[in-house]
Amino acid sequence: MSADTGVCCALAVDSRLSAFSRRMFLVVEMVDTVRIPPWNFHRQLNEAVAEELNKKLANKVVYNVGLCICLYDITKLEDSYIFPGDGASHTKVHFRYVVFHPFLDEILVGKIKYCSQEGVYVTLGFFDDILIPPESLQQPAKFDEAEQVWVWEYETDEGTHDLYMDQGEEIRFRVVDELFLDTSPTGPTTDPEPPANSSTAPTAATDDSAQKKEAPYTLMASISEPGLGLLSWWSS
Amino acid sequence: MEVRDANAAMLSNYEVYQLLTELKEKRKESVKNKHSTGQQNLNTIMYETLKYLSKTPCARQSPETVKEFLTAMLPHKLTKAEKLQLLNHRPQTAVEIQLMVEESEERLTEEQIDELIQKVTDILPGDPQQEDTPGDAEMDASTEQ
Repeated sequence: MSADTGVCCALAVDSRLSAFSRRMFLVVEMVDTVRIPPWNFHRQLNEAVAEELNKKLANKVVYNVGLCICLYDITKLEDSYIFPGDGASHTKVHFRYVVFHPFLDEILVGKIKYCSQEGVYVTLGFFDDILIPPESLQQPAKFDEAEQVWVWEYETDEGTHDLYMDQGEEIRFRVVDELFLDTSPTGPTTDPEPPANSSTAPTAATDDSAQKKEAPYTLMASISEPGLGLLSWWSS
Repeated sequence: MEVRDANAAMLSNYEVYQLLTELKEKRKESVKNKHSTGQQNLNTIMYETLKYLSKTPCARQSPETVKEFLTAMLPHKLTKAEKLQLLNHRPQTAVEIQLMVEESEERLTEEQIDELIQKVTDILPGDPQQEDTPGDAEMDASTEQ
């Protein structure tokens, strides 16, 4: 499956990336061995491989790479092997995948998911874990406990206007930091205490492995610049 | 699995939008395996990404507009990254241009910024619902300075 890139080839293929390039979506070259079960042998190899790769990677975060969206193309298929004991074929595939990985300082537009003491959470629909910490909001800002929203106390000559950051509002922000967490399983804990003992409170070890659902990929954002923040604040 | 090159190429929003739309068409034709559990992730990410991109200016672009836009941007000496940001966001005000172009106060004069906004508005198709009085954008750009 190869994409029809047309004139956009000039944009996609030509760049020898500089460290400062800013793009929301990237193409990442990867190599992997794809296992195709025998019941799929009747299909075109390309299609079966594409399906397996999408099954494995789509909507998943690869550590230090980004959120995988979909297959861009297959660049090389090596020979397929069948190993003793397994009826499936194993093929080494060189391919390129479209990955979401915005760079530092990139400007993006999203929607406010909700606010909490920790800041404003923003979502892009396909990517949810974007946080604007309180210090990166337009200052001065305060947290309205009753409505659970952050408010920008915008000062003008006539006095202070309270600009609320409501849920669902479109917001323009700048990416300032990213955090990749390795959420692969850590294996059994070496804690000698048997689980039955912890009748009081769970030990710290079990707490960690219970995984407070840490996001594998988080973006930190800022809106403390002119032009950033709710779109309605800056539009005519 | 091995990552050979984590930075092989940049894609504009328009290219991703094209890719996903074509993929969606192809998958519509082969109806049978779309709903198997393995495909659910791909369906979800495709749906959400297409939803997000269709609300951005890239949904109304074509290879010709992209080419025209890049040619028109040549005299302004912008970096590739800046041109792509302008392409993806279609800024309408000087404030937005300042966000996307580094050190715009030093590199561009006020007239050049206005010229940029004009070119962006003319060449890149806008949202038909929001385009009531295009004159407003220029007026605001000059008053905001």
